[in-house]
Amino acid sequence: MDALTDNASAILDGFWLTIQLLVVNGIGALVLGTLVASLRLSPVPVMRAVAGLYITVFRNTPLLVLIVITYFGLPEVGIQLGFFTRISIAMSVYTSTFIAEALRSGVNAVPLGQAEAARSIGMPFTMTLTQVVLPQAVRATVPPMASVLIALTKNTSLAAGFGLAEATFRLKGLVNDYATERWVIFFGIALGYIVIVEVISFGAARLERRWRVA
Amino acid sequence: MRKLRTIRLAAVAAAAMLAVTACGNAGSSDDEASKNTYEVVKDPSFESGSRMAALNEAGKIKIGVKFDQPGVGFKTATSDTPTGFDPEMGKIIAGQLGLEPSDIKWVETVSDNREPFLQKGTVDLVIASYSITDERRQVVGQAGPYYVTGQSLLVAKDDDSIKGPDDLKGKKVCSVTGSTSIATVEEKYGAKPAGFDTYSECVDQLKNGSVDAVTTDGAILLGYAAQAPDELKVVGEPFSEERYGIGYSKKFPELCQFLSDSIEKSFTDGDWKKAFDATLGKSGSDAPETPKLDGCSN
Repeated sequence: MDALTDNASAILDGFWLTIQLLVVNGIGALVLGTLVASLRLSPVPVMRAVAGLYITVFRNTPLLVLIVITYFGLPEVGIQLGFFTRISIAMSVYTSTFIAEALRSGVNAVPLGQAEAARSIGMPFTMTLTQVVLPQAVRATVPPMASVLIALTKNTSLAAGFGLAEATFRLKGLVNDYATERWVIFFGIALGYIVIVEVISFGAARLERRWRVA
Repeated sequence: MRKLRTIRLAAVAAAAMLAVTACGNAGSSDDEASKNTYEVVKDPSFESGSRMAALNEAGKIKIGVKFDQPGVGFKTATSDTPTGFDPEMGKIIAGQLGLEPSDIKWVETVSDNREPFLQKGTVDLVIASYSITDERRQVVGQAGPYYVTGQSLLVAKDDDSIKGPDDLKGKKVCSVTGSTSIATVEEKYGAKPAGFDTYSECVDQLKNGSVDAVTTDGAILLGYAAQAPDELKVVGEPFSEERYGIGYSKKFPELCQFLSDSIEKSFTDGDWKKAFDATLGKSGSDAPETPKLDGCSN
């Protein structure tokens, strides 16, 4: 256990950075993803096409390749950013495509008849959207959103090889220094990730319960 | 051109990450295999039942080396055998077992898998810039040291703010994720660690100004400085002592005496210096004093 207790502050620093990556990229991806989803659902064909292209390109490119482009491509064209910003650009863009698709599936899950019924009792458009369609749509997106955020949590570990001293970086350092306690180290770091993921799962379960139709 | 470079780097990084191997083709292409030959003992006699006798009998040996450290252990994508000081030592040891260089199967080891490879028998020996530590000696055997080096710093040519490790406080210092070097600069000198998968990626980040210094064993840094003398320089005295040893499985403790004797023999008959001059010596440094071996009592 010495490997974990002696290095507790380094490990906690690592997880703190992991959480920062998660929060920044989670918010970044939510904002970008909502934007892309609204374009994708818009009645204007050009907007739909642009959003479709964005999703096709960035969802089908491995995250690692996107990261490498921001790390080795941007400096070549004269854009100098910190490591955290660079990897966040790649991760937010990549994750936003999954958020956008989750949102779209949620909106599509609301039967058309709901909107028609709302209109037939005289609800104006904005009211139809905010009172009828969106609440149902958002409820349907909670489970896939949680999955996307959990995937993001684990994807942040790629940062270990890109200049950020997050949890997996600490894992690799400790594994080399403590040859006799490897399983303890793996178990300890894995536990940290499980805790983060469980918090997300728990939050999602709470939301589902709260928004459940009685 | 720019696009091609990005794609190449992407491919390198992807291969490195996904296969958990660091098989970058970065580094100099003038790392040609040395033309050195070493003595191959005819019909050596070993105690029957010993590991040495078994290896001699089998007529082959598996040696784990690094594939990504110029001058130390390096293999380009196009060559069949790795080059560097460690592979040369491997040939010397194999010769003492009565094995030709062609009888050696080279296996790539990275820092993380050296102990498991020895324990599982994936390799018979590890000669992979493998620093001797007490912690490692609890799980594997390490004979040697056959080479002693020290951690140094590589910085941009026009950077005068870093003259030694004491100037590193708050600076971004790059090294391979999980290495001892990166832990040292963080814990002892207060540097901000930046880990990448290979040294060549670190050197790239240093060249584009994203990090302030690259740190690892001096020998490796000299190789990179030699490739870009207008952009990079190695500064300061080495500030740690890394003692490279030859790793073997604890199941065969008799290997220790054999390895120590073979290393000692290469010190005295000049093979060791020959190996050094053909590899690390090419960066312009002279062969250092031969280190004193630890002995096999532990």
